[in-house]
Amino acid sequence: MARMKFLCDAERCIECNACVTACKNEHDVPWGINRRRVVTLNDGKPGERSISMACMHCNDPPCAAVCPVDCFYQTADGVVLHSKDLCIGCGYCFYACPFGAPQYPQATNFGGRGKMDKCTFCAGGPEADNTPEEYQKYGANRLAEGKLPLCAEMCSTRALMAGDGDVLADIYRERAVRRGYGSGAWGWSTAYGREDRGRAFGPGRSGAGVGTSGS
Amino acid sequence: MTRHLRHILVLMVLLLAAPAVQAQLYQTPNPNFPTAKDQVQLYQNLDDQITGRVSIPDNKLGVLVQPEGREWREFRTSTLRIIAGAVILGMTALLAIFYLIRGTIRIHGGRSGRTVLRFNGIDRFAHWTTAVSFLIMAITGLIVTFGRPLLIPLLGHPAFTTLAEGSKYLHNFFSVPFVFGLLLVFVLWVRDNIPERADLVWLKTMGGLLGKGGEHPEAGRFNAGQKGIFWAVVFGGVALAISGFLLMLPFSVTGISGMQILHVVHGVVAALLIAVIIAHIYIGSIGMEGAFDAMGRGEVDENWARDHHRRWYEEQARTMRTNDGRPIHRHRAAE
Repeated sequence: MARMKFLCDAERCIECNACVTACKNEHDVPWGINRRRVVTLNDGKPGERSISMACMHCNDPPCAAVCPVDCFYQTADGVVLHSKDLCIGCGYCFYACPFGAPQYPQATNFGGRGKMDKCTFCAGGPEADNTPEEYQKYGANRLAEGKLPLCAEMCSTRALMAGDGDVLADIYRERAVRRGYGSGAWGWSTAYGREDRGRAFGPGRSGAGVGTSGS
Repeated sequence: MTRHLRHILVLMVLLLAAPAVQAQLYQTPNPNFPTAKDQVQLYQNLDDQITGRVSIPDNKLGVLVQPEGREWREFRTSTLRIIAGAVILGMTALLAIFYLIRGTIRIHGGRSGRTVLRFNGIDRFAHWTTAVSFLIMAITGLIVTFGRPLLIPLLGHPAFTTLAEGSKYLHNFFSVPFVFGLLLVFVLWVRDNIPERADLVWLKTMGGLLGKGGEHPEAGRFNAGQKGIFWAVVFGGVALAISGFLLMLPFSVTGISGMQILHVVHGVVAALLIAVIIAHIYIGSIGMEGAFDAMGRGEVDENWARDHHRRWYEEQARTMRTNDGRPIHRHRAAE
């Protein structure tokens, strides 16, 4: 079974933010929440690179490890999802996440956070696939329809790719050999790294709290 | 003619290509770059935080990768649980052993039946406001810290979420009365908690525990042990309040690394203070006869006062004698 991953080719990304816009529109993401963002390194200097970043759906997700209510689970495709019914909005996942993926709606005047929201790899949540409840909480479930995440589909330079990790790695390597340079797959060593920390829950195993979605 | 045309064409190509050549300055094919696909390095070694610029109005998202999250994860999932578990269970075990050996510390010569005012209404209001808020925050904090391994197997996920969410709100709201009580406690008692020479004697004999015949060393209104509690609560409470309010207003003054440090400080100080307070509760209840009266009714037995705070008791007695109109002694029927 495919192990779903994102790969952003920094040599191709032109910081057009189409992935960010596509994501916001597809999932009706509220103001202030950015499931995906484009970060520009060395802005305006030689060697400038832009990287589109969202949840990387790690092998051993730090968010899941630190969650006090155990609301995360991983689908059979390796997509890391969470249950908004269980989330208490404590914010711990943001402190643990290496990529700054978890987002919180402002719930009160005192910095109080509502339930966490993050990239779902367009795979919805624990609710039944493509139901209004699922859409309302987690956005569209494109994976259940046999489609890949819209951010990657939208990418005009094919910098951002989504799909089976082995296929993505193969495409990236071929590109790098052809053009003769490449700075690697951003975030991969952190998300799927060689120093795998015990695989608290590997692909296919779900958290105790909620069932896997039927993707 | 064709030759001229060719020259112009070549010139045009060169002119058009010039910016492209310049742009390629930093993306030139590297002669040493691997030519075989499986030699291309896919994984990078990212050990430092990488920060860039984002065009969305949320500056903290400019952090692309923050590997420190790994250390924080280790702290949250194991270090904090070990520290908190060790100091809380350790203190409870120590007190249990102490109780088995020493038992309740009795009043010498029993209760006299006459009492002396120790803490007035404002004193007790300040104490109990701080105490109740602290206990609620301690329990709710422990629920969030230890609930996942200990309570989820018992309650199940949905019920524990309700409990944890309630805990979060209680924890946040009771910070306000806690700080209010803490300020009051500080203003009311700081004068009597300044360390003095007599405290050394008290500490040397551990409040009379190590002395001959269980003789209590002389003490003023507060002995060295109580002063220790006072300063632990003041400094610990201030540290908890500052770190706590900054955690309630995430990213208001600091970035991701600062938030992680704040959480570590909050967790460790809370664990230590909970252990201190367990000892405080012990000695104020089952550990010592007559001690609870001080914060309960506000009046303590004369013999208790003579035992534990002789200097303070004598001062009270003297004041009573000089302005004879004001009674500090109140007689009550012998029990």
